[in-house]
Amino acid sequence: MRPQPERPKEINQISEYIWEIPTSHKKGMLVPARIYASKNLIEQMDNGVFDQVTNVACLPGIQNYAFCMPDGHWGYGFPIGGVAAFDPEDSGIISPGGIGFDINCGMRLVTTNLTHKEVQPKLKELTDTLFKTVPAGVGCKGFVDVTKSQFIEIIENGSKWCTENNYGWKEDLEKTEGQGKIDWADHTKVSDKAIKRGMNQLGTLGSGNHYLETQLVKAENIFDADTAKAFGIHSKDQIVIMVHCGSRGFGHQIGTDYLRKFEPVMKEHNIEIRDRELACAPFNCKEGQDYYKAMACAANMAFSNRQVILHRIREGFQKIFNKDPEKMEMNLVYDVAHNIAKLEEHEVDGKKKNLIVHRKGSTRAFPPGHPELNPVFKKTGQPVIIGGSMETGSWLLAGTQGAMQQTWGSTAHGSGRTMSRAKAKREVRGDELQKSMEKKGIYVRSVSMSGLAEEAGLAYKDVDEVIETVHQAGISKKVVKLVPIANIKG
Amino acid sequence: MKYKILEDIAIADIAIEAYGKNLNELFEHTAFAIFEETANLKKIHDTEKKTIKLEATNQENLLFDFLSEILFLKDTYSIIFKTSKVNITEKNNNYSLTAELTGEKIDREKHELRNDIKAITLHMFQIEKTKHGYKDLVVVDV
Repeated sequence: MRPQPERPKEINQISEYIWEIPTSHKKGMLVPARIYASKNLIEQMDNGVFDQVTNVACLPGIQNYAFCMPDGHWGYGFPIGGVAAFDPEDSGIISPGGIGFDINCGMRLVTTNLTHKEVQPKLKELTDTLFKTVPAGVGCKGFVDVTKSQFIEIIENGSKWCTENNYGWKEDLEKTEGQGKIDWADHTKVSDKAIKRGMNQLGTLGSGNHYLETQLVKAENIFDADTAKAFGIHSKDQIVIMVHCGSRGFGHQIGTDYLRKFEPVMKEHNIEIRDRELACAPFNCKEGQDYYKAMACAANMAFSNRQVILHRIREGFQKIFNKDPEKMEMNLVYDVAHNIAKLEEHEVDGKKKNLIVHRKGSTRAFPPGHPELNPVFKKTGQPVIIGGSMETGSWLLAGTQGAMQQTWGSTAHGSGRTMSRAKAKREVRGDELQKSMEKKGIYVRSVSMSGLAEEAGLAYKDVDEVIETVHQAGISKKVVKLVPIANIKG
Repeated sequence: MKYKILEDIAIADIAIEAYGKNLNELFEHTAFAIFEETANLKKIHDTEKKTIKLEATNQENLLFDFLSEILFLKDTYSIIFKTSKVNITEKNNNYSLTAELTGEKIDREKHELRNDIKAITLHMFQIEKTKHGYKDLVVVDV
């Protein structure tokens, strides 16, 4: 077996939920690393996290701390759950390894006014319909046929293209991060290969941990009734739908292209890194700007992908329940990225600065009144959607001032893996898991039985403990826990 | 043994350690690991053929580009590959690769699909010379 990274000798407890690795831990660390975790979560955290978060702390221009969220685990480049902000005026960099290949992998949550009692008798029929109409799994082709010039419009205009082409409602845009469109997207910074690879995938879930889930609001799981109501969750036994997917092969190709492009750029700028996956470029150099604009194209593709999937979900519900989606109040709660980098204004030592904030497996969690939020969220703060494992449940949270003060307006994104895919497959078989979940009241359809086993609840941390950590630490607040009743997995 | 999956590395992803008595075989075995992670190959026919031609200034970049190209072809043409025949030549530290791939168009009803591999990462990426030839470490993002 290969040697595992060592656990740092010094992990200092700063508060009940914050742990710090000092700069003395590793040569080249410019700032300390801070990990948000309960005592139990920090003890369970794999050593890959400590190694990777302290590698991030060595990157040029990093401000304050390299963060890892409580759902953090060993990834590539940044750990999953990694958050870091770089100052472009202080040689700050942008790194594809701090975003992930699945650019703007993210979450979308949709309400209905249907109750569990109304949906349960038709749940299988509904799930089977959505399984047919929302393509999932390896190499699946999307249901939106577009020409190259239309695809270019999509990657520059995001969800706006979708609503203008009858794939959604105008109101969907105000409930999407940045209105579902990143302005600085420039298709000339994207390779032809990326366009070829991605243009037939609009309207696909993909595989791995991506899913489309029907969920239930139980009375005892509403923690903040006023905020829940403002977000559209108003009653017990209400049914909602959650989607987790990203920019598909288009984003993956952009990540791959720029990872290779950045290697010579680092030599030119004398940047040394501790993992080749942390390849980066100064944000203000040509190559850094090119990637930022290409990444925005992938982010727009991902917003559009989730938008057209929402359209399919509304069609599916309409077919099964024979009612207009408007009448079923199938409103978007929010759509938010958890793999992205954005230039944002933050305070450093009392001074306002524009920083390039990387979130890799971390959700933006802006507080009430934040200028970048749509006025509809002025009082509540931004909805934060946390996708748990398909067996245990997911959460809706709200952004807080605490996140702005502590973690560049960022929080967790999921429950976080604790077990490798190979081990999970040894522990449980896909078909057996499918049966046992059905007994528990969760109907599952999957393109891949081995893929299903890899996503078993036992391979993940306790999502409630992750949420308790971010809530207690003040970097977001609990609104409602959502329980799965049907899941479609790629 | 063509390859093995290392369980304790990058737990959310898949870490492949492949072996080959020469570079051609190392590349073929690493590609084979990716094919097997994507689908049950017993049910895949060889009705589709694709050729990859690449150049790189070192072996590692050549391997990264070769594996990335396989993922590009998988998505662009919706093909599950099952075999690759690789031929690498070297001249003045410049490596050239030609590979012939076979596989079949993806059919969700017919094929036993596994993971849609998103990308080849450079995390811990390496090719090592051993007593018996070569081995590598490739972490793929799923």
